[in-house]
Amino acid sequence: MHEGAAVPAWALISYLVSGVCFILALRGLSSPESAQRGNRFGIAGMLLAVLTTLVVHVPYLSDQEPTTVAARWRDVDWTVAAEILAAIAVGAAIGLVTARRIAMTAMPQLVAAFHSLVGLAAVLVGAAAFLNPEAFGIVQQFPPGTGWTVYAPVNLAVPINPVSRVEMGLGVAIGAITFSGSVIAFLKLNGNMSGKPILLPGRHAINLVTLAAILGLIAWFTQDQDPLIFWTIAGLSFLIGFLLIVPIGGADMPVVVSMLNSYSGWAAAAMGFTLHNTAMIVTGALVGSSGAILSYIMCRAMNRSFVSVIAGGFGGDAVAAGGGAAIDRPWKRGSAEDAAFLMSQAEQVIIVPGYGMAVAQAQHALREMGDILKKEGVSVKYAIHPVAGRMPGHMNVLLAEANVPYDEVFELEDINSEFARTDVAFVIGANDVTNPAAKTDKSSPIYGMPVLDVEKAKTVLFVKRSMGGVGYAGVDNELFYRDNTMMLLADAKKMVEEIVKALG
Amino acid sequence: MDFISILSIFVLACFVGYFVVWGVTPALHTPLMAVTNAISSVIIVGALIAAAAAGVPGAKWLGLLAVVLASVNIFGGFAVTARMLAMYKKKERR
Repeated sequence: MHEGAAVPAWALISYLVSGVCFILALRGLSSPESAQRGNRFGIAGMLLAVLTTLVVHVPYLSDQEPTTVAARWRDVDWTVAAEILAAIAVGAAIGLVTARRIAMTAMPQLVAAFHSLVGLAAVLVGAAAFLNPEAFGIVQQFPPGTGWTVYAPVNLAVPINPVSRVEMGLGVAIGAITFSGSVIAFLKLNGNMSGKPILLPGRHAINLVTLAAILGLIAWFTQDQDPLIFWTIAGLSFLIGFLLIVPIGGADMPVVVSMLNSYSGWAAAAMGFTLHNTAMIVTGALVGSSGAILSYIMCRAMNRSFVSVIAGGFGGDAVAAGGGAAIDRPWKRGSAEDAAFLMSQAEQVIIVPGYGMAVAQAQHALREMGDILKKEGVSVKYAIHPVAGRMPGHMNVLLAEANVPYDEVFELEDINSEFARTDVAFVIGANDVTNPAAKTDKSSPIYGMPVLDVEKAKTVLFVKRSMGGVGYAGVDNELFYRDNTMMLLADAKKMVEEIVKALG
Repeated sequence: MDFISILSIFVLACFVGYFVVWGVTPALHTPLMAVTNAISSVIIVGALIAAAAAGVPGAKWLGLLAVVLASVNIFGGFAVTARMLAMYKKKERR
């Protein structure tokens, strides 16, 4: 009897090795020196898992697995084998071309898009397992002489092991949520959809009911293997993924992207449970905890609870606190020449980049400016807030792309004490993460959020498109009106290029 | 493998993940997301099983489609991670 579950011992070991490779891949990321080796471990692990599966599950022409080596080669269903290899080749071509062409500034969208693919793949695998449980070795086992073959010969559906049904149901549900949630996140990050939160009336009630319905249906699914239940679980999960992400605003996207990262991991783990596959379980656990930790780091950096982020609505409504009226307060405007002069006279300049730098693609011009300053003997450092940009580590990648050495780039807690000893803080495209109101104004929506102490520098140069706009949190920035702040109003890239000209 | 051994692997792997991920330097959080994304496509194992299995044509085509999606992710994810990591450079010592 051709039994899907009978995986040979060598294959079990090789799945385990591939799981270990994935652990080493993440371990490598503890420092930039070991990171590339880590990535190669990841590739090796994947190659091993795929080759093992291909060898164990060779498609044969006959139902019976051939016993002799000669028969094995003779009976291979080459059409199916070619289809599989073609499918891999198509995916590889799309993936490689995308990876090569994508702009570094578009990395958050790309990651969201990739998450959606993992989610959809999980749903498809779950559906395939539901349709063909024998291939996955999840058929319910009965003692000989009893069970469905005896009692229910008219029932066409092969009964699936109830535990596997739960795993399958959860895998499909999480996969579907990952898919539709990531699609919305992609549309928001890519600008196809407004970053403003869309708030449906009664959305919390709708979400809770939908979630309860999904869990209830999964419980029912263990009792009744009706295709209708299966597809309803999938459908409701697609719906709730959509509902969950739609009300979340642009500034909370780092949390959303990390959260979806986590979900894609849990979906893989659930499928690993169904297939009893070590590589998938280990990977799912790794990715799941990775995304969860990143979400936690992002929430902490915004002083928000995970629940309040998920509840959504942040950053859309115009916040009254010091909103419109504050625009009339006096502020100083500087020119590129002023900025160039101030920085060339400085001993130390700290550059604070934010999402605006990514939008303006100003990182290359910025590095050029840093190079000129360094030649003149100025110490140049970069300060990164954990939530600067649209995904964790977004700014670091952009600076790396512009050839800024990573040992000039510092995290918030490592550099915050240095602002007091710094002549010029150069804020470019960041806003809320520099707002001193987060430390002093209890009524501010961002009160308590850890911020960069840029106002402690002798002079703050703040590059901003215009005085009108507010940051993503919808609050006015105290910093603009301080005596030691000079506003540089222009497109970030143009302004930096003008400063470079003035310096040269 | 019975459910309990699988659960044990899963729980222990969660702890490994917890400690390994806290060890990742914040500067590499974007590559971390890209590479976790690539490795979570190990779900291709399930897709390959479905695609190779005879008997139910619907399951086979779903499997093939899942193979395509997961391959996009695997190749794209590892390639984009490699591209990013190659950009991280140390200060040149002069």
